[in-house]
Amino acid sequence: MFSDPDIQKMIFGRLTLDAIPYHEPILVATFAAVAVGGLAVVALITYLKFWGPLWHNWVTSIDHKKIGIMYIILAIVMLLRGFADAIMMRLQQAIAFNGNEGYLPPFHYDQVFTAHGVIMIFFVAMPFVTGFMNFVVPLQIGARDVSFPFLNNFSFWMTTAGAIIVMLSLFVGEFARTGWLAYPPLSGAAYSPGVGVDYYIWGLQIAGVGTTLSGINLIATIVKMRAPGMTFMKMPIFTWTALCTNILIVASFPILTATLVLMTLDRYIGTNFFTNDLGGNPMMYVNLIWIWGHPEVYILILPAFGIFSEIVATFSSKRLFGYASMVYATCVIMVLSYVVWLHHFFTMGSGASVNAFFGITTMIISIPTGAKLFNWLFTIYRGRVRYDVPMLWTIGFMVTFTIGGMTGVMLAVPPADFVLHNSLFLIAHFHNVIIGGVLFGMLAGVNYWFPKAFGFKLDEFWGKMSFWFWLIGFYFAFMPLYVLGLMGVTRRVSQFEDPSLQIWFVIAAFGAVLIAIGIACFLIQLVVSFRRREELKDETGDPWNGRTLEWSTSSPPPQYNFAFTPIVYDHDGWYDMKERGYVRPLEGYIPIHMPKNTGMGAILAFFALICGFALIWYIWWLAAVTFVIMIGLGIWHTFNYDRDFHIPAEEVTAVENERTELLAKQV
Amino acid sequence: MSVTKIDTAEKPQFYLTEEHHPEGSTNLGFWLYIMSDCLIFAILFATYAVVGRNYAAGPSPADLFELPLVAVNTAMLLFSSITYGFAMLQMERGGKAETLFWLAVTAVFGAIFIGLELYEFVNLIHEGAGPQRSAFLSAFFTLVGTHGLHVTFGIVWLLTLMTQVAKHGLVPANKRRLMCLSMFWHFLDVVWIGVFSFVYLMGVVG
Repeated sequence: MFSDPDIQKMIFGRLTLDAIPYHEPILVATFAAVAVGGLAVVALITYLKFWGPLWHNWVTSIDHKKIGIMYIILAIVMLLRGFADAIMMRLQQAIAFNGNEGYLPPFHYDQVFTAHGVIMIFFVAMPFVTGFMNFVVPLQIGARDVSFPFLNNFSFWMTTAGAIIVMLSLFVGEFARTGWLAYPPLSGAAYSPGVGVDYYIWGLQIAGVGTTLSGINLIATIVKMRAPGMTFMKMPIFTWTALCTNILIVASFPILTATLVLMTLDRYIGTNFFTNDLGGNPMMYVNLIWIWGHPEVYILILPAFGIFSEIVATFSSKRLFGYASMVYATCVIMVLSYVVWLHHFFTMGSGASVNAFFGITTMIISIPTGAKLFNWLFTIYRGRVRYDVPMLWTIGFMVTFTIGGMTGVMLAVPPADFVLHNSLFLIAHFHNVIIGGVLFGMLAGVNYWFPKAFGFKLDEFWGKMSFWFWLIGFYFAFMPLYVLGLMGVTRRVSQFEDPSLQIWFVIAAFGAVLIAIGIACFLIQLVVSFRRREELKDETGDPWNGRTLEWSTSSPPPQYNFAFTPIVYDHDGWYDMKERGYVRPLEGYIPIHMPKNTGMGAILAFFALICGFALIWYIWWLAAVTFVIMIGLGIWHTFNYDRDFHIPAEEVTAVENERTELLAKQV
Repeated sequence: MSVTKIDTAEKPQFYLTEEHHPEGSTNLGFWLYIMSDCLIFAILFATYAVVGRNYAAGPSPADLFELPLVAVNTAMLLFSSITYGFAMLQMERGGKAETLFWLAVTAVFGAIFIGLELYEFVNLIHEGAGPQRSAFLSAFFTLVGTHGLHVTFGIVWLLTLMTQVAKHGLVPANKRRLMCLSMFWHFLDVVWIGVFSFVYLMGVVG
């Protein structure tokens, strides 16, 4: 393009046309599909004249409910990408035997497994969890919004910017080939000179800002914004798990940030933190990353436990068994999650005493977790159980997660771990707890809270189809991996020598296909439910005979959540209100104080995205310019003192009267 | 935990008829942010503890650090904390001009601190003791540099707040902001005391 290579380098850094992988047919086809899909979405939005509403009602919205919904949409979109990676790996491993190299060369296969792990943890599980906490927590504690609504919008867009950076690596350059935690020295400049690891670093750093801020925001919300009467031991159990999760987020994500900064310095300016020479210590990275990484898995699972607790109580038509022990168990898990990190690398060679310590702490975590399982069982016991879709997911979880938990205790035994470390047994174990725990929890939550968010229930038939395909598919896909792991097959291998192993990989691939059908059923469920929305309509606001405050308001809730702030006397606040004959007030509405929308969150995140991209490709001038713009815009934003408004009483009256009419029709 | 007995016959008030005004969250939120930032420093300190003696046959702290310079530098930062305290006292009293004056003094002390730190860094790099030389120097530059970046950011923030106070006066929003920056500024002071003791003093003496 430019005759002088220096000028080209100055303007484009190391970005050249060669970075576009037009010689890879799989990527070209994917790009074509994404481009066509993207154009179709743009055309549809234009056709429906939705750009204005999209900007005013969603992008700039500081309403915690809308932000929560956007997080979950992000999670579902990224789930499709992460699952595409999964099924590619299953297919490759099922055919790459007897000298057949399969269809994915190692260069590509390594990117696929790295992207799969990164996307599933950071851009599926995390947005799912954060989305639910955002949507549900303020409603459950009787608040109008979170403590810092603008920050909430900013956090969401930073998370999305991180996701976009990771997605960009598919079509511009490459992704890391290091595994999802990017251990050095492999991830160092010497062994990974390309842009892959840099995509990884900046994607996670930008999303990490969002995660940390959202953690701070939700802790402040839960501690400071609860309705009168709601003491800590009267908080709904999901709010409790959200509190513990956000404490974990604030106390662990900075560690990830700092660790990735050190790795960035190693890669960008040649420091020696994790290098092999000049005094660097690669194992320090492994320790640091797992000091974040182990709490991270509890960040994901605790809210899922909370969702199951809400569902079990609601669908057993009973008070949750052992509320207090549930709270204590959650807190104990929160604390213990910090003292087990070394079990991820018993093979490092810390010696028997250190390994014994971490092995024992790991096993101790199974005690509070076991207590939770018994609490759920006793809640179901002699309850009037309704087997709606959320309850099916819950029971599927209880069985599946127990198996995963037990294989976890096996891995916690250091001598056993020396055999099973980095084997497919480990892969089977953590998919067993993350799919059987987190993912089932999220899908249970989608089915449970969907009517609250959109005003109509999800279709039951397709929900059940999705559940059964997922459940059975899970067992087909991962039980063979336990077998293979016990036989000594290690993870991250793309071709195999021993033909006797092939049958197990074929079974696993079959399981992945079943899961694909399960995901398809879920998408069909969304479409079918939307088309049947009039039949499935929830006009009561309380379709499941719920127990907590979010069911006391309309579905979907008004912008201000509650016309009058509720007063709480019990942790099953709404159930208590119903039992004691609460009468909904019909007059006396007052103006409600609310924060104003702002586009600044999305704009800042946009510049963060450009800045990250520039840093990945060494386009220094662009990085500097966008960084200065971000600081400038941030400062400019603080000069705006006019950030809130009052919803007039007449408007509240109109909204509430509409609901009164709807409720009157019910009787 | 005490078990609350609920009488089903009793019908208490289930909602507030007035607007609910929860206590402000800013203080708690900002404390949480500071604690998360503190964790970043904790990791950098821990890293320094692990690799801080890996000199890779290069210079050690005793060869490099000039305690008199660092002592002056430390004094600058400590003074800036005191003057920020004066600014807060004036803010409580409602003296806008006095508040602005002490904030300006704080910014000057902060700027001197940054200037001296940069001078030290440039000298070290000039002597061939840059961050690439050994793991010790990587950890040193990163820990001290991160603190320096925080102070720089704090100065930018301080100037912004001064403009806002000059423009809008000591309104509640500005008082809240000054309070947050105050916490941030003192936090950096505390971190610096850690850096001074752990890196400089123990490096040269220990």
